[in-house]
Amino acid sequence: MNSVETVLVAMLAGALRVSTPFLFVSLGECLTERAGRINLGNEGVLVLGAMVAYATSYLTGNPWLGVLAAAGAGAALGGLHGLVCALTRVNDVAMGIAILLAGNGIAFFFGKPFVQPSAPGLPGIPFGGWSSVPQVQSALTVSPLFLVGVATAFGMAWMFRAARLGLRLRIVGDSADAARALGLNINRTRLLATMAGSGLAGVGGAFLSLVYPGSWNESLSSGQGLMAVALVVFARWNPVGCLGASMLFGAAGALGPSLQAVGVTSYYYLFYAAPFVLTLAVLVATVRPGRAVRGMPGELSIAR
Amino acid sequence: MPLLAILAATAVFCAFLLALGRSPASFFQLVWTGAFGSWFSWRNTLSRAAPLLLTALCVAVPAQLGLVVIGGEGALVLGGLSATWAGLQMGGAPGPVIQLAMAAAGAAAGAVWLGIVGVLRARRGINETVTSLVMAYIAIALFNQLVEGPLRDPASLNKPSTYAIPKAAVLPTLPGLDVHPGILIGGVACVLCWLLIARTTTGFAARMTGGNVRAAQLQGLPVAWLMVGACALGGALAGLAGMIEVAAVHGRANASLVAGYGYSGILIAFLARQNALAIMPMAVLLGGIGAAGGLLQRRMGLPDAAVLVLQGMIFVAILASETLYGRIRWFQPRATA
Repeated sequence: MNSVETVLVAMLAGALRVSTPFLFVSLGECLTERAGRINLGNEGVLVLGAMVAYATSYLTGNPWLGVLAAAGAGAALGGLHGLVCALTRVNDVAMGIAILLAGNGIAFFFGKPFVQPSAPGLPGIPFGGWSSVPQVQSALTVSPLFLVGVATAFGMAWMFRAARLGLRLRIVGDSADAARALGLNINRTRLLATMAGSGLAGVGGAFLSLVYPGSWNESLSSGQGLMAVALVVFARWNPVGCLGASMLFGAAGALGPSLQAVGVTSYYYLFYAAPFVLTLAVLVATVRPGRAVRGMPGELSIAR
Repeated sequence: MPLLAILAATAVFCAFLLALGRSPASFFQLVWTGAFGSWFSWRNTLSRAAPLLLTALCVAVPAQLGLVVIGGEGALVLGGLSATWAGLQMGGAPGPVIQLAMAAAGAAAGAVWLGIVGVLRARRGINETVTSLVMAYIAIALFNQLVEGPLRDPASLNKPSTYAIPKAAVLPTLPGLDVHPGILIGGVACVLCWLLIARTTTGFAARMTGGNVRAAQLQGLPVAWLMVGACALGGALAGLAGMIEVAAVHGRANASLVAGYGYSGILIAFLARQNALAIMPMAVLLGGIGAAGGLLQRRMGLPDAAVLVLQGMIFVAILASETLYGRIRWFQPRATA
């Protein structure tokens, strides 16, 4: 393989692998924000999910049980966020940071004994059998969780467009007055959306500890949970957009290391910042004073 | 009210410890010893509180206008880096000159970085919460790029760092106290910000804008300038925090600067209900709880994350207690005749 191919294959691998935690957290964040609430705590949920998944997989020997447990733990922590934010005058941005700290704390506290042992991970599905190049084969070994994430993205997009549940959620997120007039229970809808969103973020954490990098330690997450907030803005609150944005972020994240592998060592970190610069550029280009970002739920605290 | 919430959180945490079969009494005794029990622990507490004072102001100042800026981390990191750069440029100058130049460079970098957020908000109406978060990630990437690239000291192998700042530029400890002066600078900044917010017409205009933007605009207040100014001032303070961390603690810029002080500052500002004076006790309290982590690990065999759990619980309780303001008669503001 020449160096251009090496870089392209590494970016493909990044788009399929590094993207998965981004995908789950951003889908979860998207779901929560479409119901009109922001959850910066998904970073803590991600870390907690990673720990719970790893510990469960180690203790039971079944990684899929770990994924389920991570979703449950995420939903529980999200439920705390949802319940407290339902009280009047509680700021959901600050509350999210508190949840972030609490999630990290609980995960590090109970995760100490699981740093050493190795738990069974999730196997990948090889799609690269047609190629004789080992890098291509490894790049195309797709985790089933990624496929679940893709299905979730399309399912969620369909739900927002056509299903009763999704339409109700959007009403609650766009106009609390309209939702009240329709007799919808705003707090319950937001609570459930926050719980489901954090459950998805927990699955993203499970991917970190069970698939890639595939171990548990305290520096496992590099801030994917907080980045997901920016990613959702970039994706314009569209689940399929979240899929594309996650793959873009994953590929950009893989660009630096792969360029280094072929001898281009400068600007390593700037490539990593590229998606953020892009997000900022999109915001500057599309927002006008007095008009919200297209697609932004009207009830979101950051929309006002 | 915050005290009540802290008590509630403590009670929950005691239950948590009891459920694990640990003694809450010895836990809190250790936290006390580790945070405030000896001069050594006080020193540790105060040096942890110093950057928190400034990053909390970085949130509290824009908050007077109703802006939620959460990108203090970016301003801190870039402030520390440009302060280091300034210190390296001025190699031979006398210590105080270098220190002043470093402080100016750090504050300027932070001010520009968050000033951009203010301009985007005031001119284009782009939400400051999102932009400041995105800008923080860009800042950290820029920081890593420069520290591992052009500014790197080739001798730093495992942990890429810049060259060390000149010996003369290292901030001396406070005479007789053996504490670095960050806590003093932070404290003075808190008092000055409080004066600015509560006792000047500019501060009044800012609070009025925070109360009702339309009304402030109709009064002819320079709302756009106030927004840019508040964000830039916040950024300057966070940048100064970065300079202090470099000049008093690390002596050079490296990944230790990216320690999450910016995010802890957000919480402290909210715990202090955006009051510049209330930030001081809150920052010392949290600095103390953080400082006790190591002792807990050694004496009780608890992971040092136990203090993170406690902090998280306190935050959740205090933020939740916001809802009680004005609900319970005892807490309602006295009616003025």
